[in-house]
Amino acid sequence: MTGIITYGAYIPRYRIKLEEIARVWGDNAQDITGGLGVREKSLPDLDEDTATIAVEAARFALARRTIDPEQIGAVYVGSESHPYAVKPTACTVGEAIGATPVMTAADYEFACKAGTAGIQACMGLVGAGMVPYGLAIGSDVAQGAPSDALEYTAAAGGAAFLIGQDDPIATIHRTASFTTDTPDFWRREGQNYPRHGGRFTGDPGYFKHVEGAANLMFEQTGKTAKDYDYAVFHQPNAKFPQRVAKTLGFTPEQIKPGLVVPTLGNTYSGASMIGLAATLDVAKPGDRVFVTSFGSGAGADSFDIEVTDAIESEAFRRSAAPTVRQLLANPIYVDYALYARHKGKIVMQ
Amino acid sequence: MSVPRFWRKIPQRYNLIGTQCTSCSRTFYPPRSFCPDCRRSGETVPYQFQGKGEVVTYTVIRSASDAFAQQTPFVLAIIRLDEGPRVTAQIVVENVNEARIGMRVRSVFRRIGAEGDSGAIYYGTKFVPDVPYIDA
Repeated sequence: MTGIITYGAYIPRYRIKLEEIARVWGDNAQDITGGLGVREKSLPDLDEDTATIAVEAARFALARRTIDPEQIGAVYVGSESHPYAVKPTACTVGEAIGATPVMTAADYEFACKAGTAGIQACMGLVGAGMVPYGLAIGSDVAQGAPSDALEYTAAAGGAAFLIGQDDPIATIHRTASFTTDTPDFWRREGQNYPRHGGRFTGDPGYFKHVEGAANLMFEQTGKTAKDYDYAVFHQPNAKFPQRVAKTLGFTPEQIKPGLVVPTLGNTYSGASMIGLAATLDVAKPGDRVFVTSFGSGAGADSFDIEVTDAIESEAFRRSAAPTVRQLLANPIYVDYALYARHKGKIVMQ
Repeated sequence: MSVPRFWRKIPQRYNLIGTQCTSCSRTFYPPRSFCPDCRRSGETVPYQFQGKGEVVTYTVIRSASDAFAQQTPFVLAIIRLDEGPRVTAQIVVENVNEARIGMRVRSVFRRIGAEGDSGAIYYGTKFVPDVPYIDA
């Protein structure tokens, strides 16, 4: 059965509190943090980008399980902040984990769900017997224009999932997607920052597609929210995933382990995948996990996942890499000036 | 740095791949194609270092060349890898005053430099303090 062989996450150590961003732009910090349910967000070090985050997440995944990297026949990196417009991040990752040259690779872009699209592609290749393992990564150093609402949450981080059929730690029983042409958020070629439709990103964007994919999964499996131990949703803020979880019948306890956005921010392509990683950090054999990502543009991917005995076997060393909670601990806080320097927002000569 | 020169060194820069003498087991980084101890009786083969080591000495760069000017101040160190060879590399620390001779470090994958805004981006290995991750 196709499933997750191992996984790893990476989050840079730097954080900025939302109240510091609000101070610079003259906004009411309590309104912002209360409205979003986010207190602080991550940002990259001066020498970190989507590629370095993807590599660190992939290496942490491979640290947890002994895998011959030459058996990884596909590497897909989903992001909306690839370092190059033309030249794949996936090639850099493949080289850095020793998977090259006998592999296929590509960069994916589908706003915040490009990483889970990579998981689906890997499931197809692995299920068809074309490759032994496929590596899907969601990684971003998310962009938000100065003073734009996105700046309060756009964060940095990523997670890597190795997909295969050889004794997975979690079986992926099914995936279902819901996609339409919806201009709720976009970034035109050559532009530094994305634009969005404000409140339009909510009901016609996030909620329509997340509920669409989730209900599709319920129909196809005959299951309901009660059949799952945990649920993970894309988390551009804390309010959206909490509201959609409630609508679909999930309890706050079911989404708690995977709701990392309050102290991480929105890591775009990394968001739902880091949420899944945080859930697998605490999951036990037999636990059933419901995942639905969302990408503006717009679409959502749902996954029906069941944790296996392998997660507690000797072959899988969960403690060989840091948990998401550990990656969130011990942050380095910066003020807006240092944040602007780290994010390249200061125009230099 | 030219693109071909960087490209040739990708294995050693990304993955700390050096060489090892099959005769005396001595390891080399950067890779050597010839063992100076065993000479013609030895043969060198690729060898991947684990990426852990100890700071032998270091300096703090506060005035750097144009390529690194945006990263100052930063720590440049000579690190003795656990397998033996010494490597010159940056140590990424929150504050340059954290650097110490003898501190344990581990390798990380970072951006080393770029040819301006439109040129190639160069990635490679830097080091960070090797401290255990703790729970929040």
